[in-house]
Amino acid sequence: MEALILTIIATSIPLLLAAAGELIAEKSGVLNLGVEGMMLSGAVGALGAVLWLENPYYGIIAGALSGILMASIFSLFTINFMTNQVATGLGLTIFATGLTGLAGAPLVGKTIPSLPKIEIFLLSDIPLIGSILFKQDFVAYLSIGIIIFISFFLKYSKSGIILRAVGDDHQSAHSVGYPVKKIRWYATCFGGMCAGIGGAYIPLVLTPHWSEGMTAGRGWIALALVVFASWIPWRIIVGALIFGGITIAQLVGQARGWPIPSQLLSMMPYIATIIALTMISGRLSKNNSVVPSSLGKPFFGSQ
Amino acid sequence: MITFIPRDKVSKNWIIIAPILSIVFTIFFGLLIFAFLGYNPLETLYQIFVSPFSRIDRIGDILVKACPLIIIGTGLMLCFKSNVWNIGAEGQFIMGALLAGFIALSFPNIETKFFLLITILAGFVGGALWAFIPAILKTKLNVNEILVSLMLVYVAMLFIDFIVRGPLRDPMSFGFPLSKPYPEGALINKIPFPGIGFLGQLHFGILFVFLLVPISWIYVNKTLGGFKINVLGSAPLAAKFAGFKQNSITITVLLLSGGLAGVAGVIEVSANIGQLQPEVSFGYGFTAIIVAFLGRLNPVGILFAGIIIATVKLGADNAQMTMGIPKVVTGLFEGILLFFLLTGETLQKYKIKWSEGKK
Repeated sequence: MEALILTIIATSIPLLLAAAGELIAEKSGVLNLGVEGMMLSGAVGALGAVLWLENPYYGIIAGALSGILMASIFSLFTINFMTNQVATGLGLTIFATGLTGLAGAPLVGKTIPSLPKIEIFLLSDIPLIGSILFKQDFVAYLSIGIIIFISFFLKYSKSGIILRAVGDDHQSAHSVGYPVKKIRWYATCFGGMCAGIGGAYIPLVLTPHWSEGMTAGRGWIALALVVFASWIPWRIIVGALIFGGITIAQLVGQARGWPIPSQLLSMMPYIATIIALTMISGRLSKNNSVVPSSLGKPFFGSQ
Repeated sequence: MITFIPRDKVSKNWIIIAPILSIVFTIFFGLLIFAFLGYNPLETLYQIFVSPFSRIDRIGDILVKACPLIIIGTGLMLCFKSNVWNIGAEGQFIMGALLAGFIALSFPNIETKFFLLITILAGFVGGALWAFIPAILKTKLNVNEILVSLMLVYVAMLFIDFIVRGPLRDPMSFGFPLSKPYPEGALINKIPFPGIGFLGQLHFGILFVFLLVPISWIYVNKTLGGFKINVLGSAPLAAKFAGFKQNSITITVLLLSGGLAGVAGVIEVSANIGQLQPEVSFGYGFTAIIVAFLGRLNPVGILFAGIIIATVKLGADNAQMTMGIPKVVTGLFEGILLFFLLTGETLQKYKIKWSEGKK
């Protein structure tokens, strides 16, 4: 039971991080469909760094930097060259799939050490809860920290309120004198950093070696999670745990030999995503205030 | 400091210049990345862009690879023109191939080639049904079609895998996940050329492309349906005032693009594989997105774009065999190409102005 819960948590962390980053980008009005690509880059960056420097913590940094690099490409084109965000995001994922395939080729067959668990003094000795909540790896703590941080940032900090203003009405925000493009650059790069770390987590904890396209659609599920959470940070935790649970449930089902073909079980996370989106979107269309109004729209104002 | 100044009208020159410049820039940046990662850029350049033309029969192979790209790309053109983002063509391709395969395998002794009309129709229906899911969710419940159509790609991939390992597996396949071979009537033959025999793998499926390009050109440029699609995409407010029903246009373009992707699936399997197997597509549905943009969302443009991208794909196959470069690198070129093409679109509408420092 305990092991099961730990696996579910580990599976949900990449989703949680990537969705948290995308939430900030979307709040600023940027729809970056390149999450899958940024996660892949994070994964390959982390693998390369750990193989080279032999310390899993460098993997986190390398993952973050790879994600930021990809997000910068996206920002350069969508924010400065005013390209269509949907198409550019798709392009980023396609580009990153190719780039990581090329960069990952020499890494095939090599295994990296896993990220160590950090026990928090005394708290980790509490039965059950202790080992689940206080005996996690650094990224797990970090991801909860990021959720708390963005919740407060969006709600109470001045920068957070400006960021939301830019996402809701970039024209007005621009007239008042806020640097729309700069704010979107930062938000997109924060999204890239989170997606990169989320991607890095996959080789660092879940499967310790490179395979092409190893993110397996997690970036797209993270995008759906942002909608599922109705752009409210803490709901991402709930959503990510549900999807982690579904992913693990189908793996457990396959291992225990449930009388359902394994492929049909493997479909569950994807079908669950569609069902979740359907349930939430029906409600969102009635209550439009949570969706950033300028989301996905290019900003032409001179700067 | 670069600033963009709106043009009075869309620059006609840029419509032609942009794709050509984009290709040049893409090759430059692509090779830069190759050099950075330690590959020989000149050899890569040769393998990817020149080697596909090194033998006459390879031109046939280019057309074979271009065939599904052009068919899918034409369907996606309709979607992208009307701002509907179907990115699940890969799944629609698979479901089209699967439904047609199911029908083909249900008539194991059929020999007449007229049967192909039925399997192609079945492919259209299979693909269209798969695209109907995002269409209905988008129009009735406002669910994002991008995510739904993409999720359905994964579902379709797993579904065909299940079918060929389970219900449709050939008991004589010695444990391989393969269906029985298609009957003669469901196979598309290679084109025999008098005097030279076959031109690579070039097959009669290419005729569908020659039919599709003019028909889609007429549809987009000369019919009311095509006009509505254009207006909805370029001036949504005008479309609203004109009383065009946005939902019915959305459903139409999704069904057409899904159907065409399904037809591409049938042609691919009937001509090149001849039976169902777990992998039938090899990413054609995603690559066709690039083809649609490189072709400037124009049927004739897409014809050329399909051929160009097919060349690169074939070149990447060669590069994999001779240099050990993984095949997915085509994605690298495709991604960069898309970035520059989209920038080209901006330059159609805006002039660049260099100014000193900040205003």
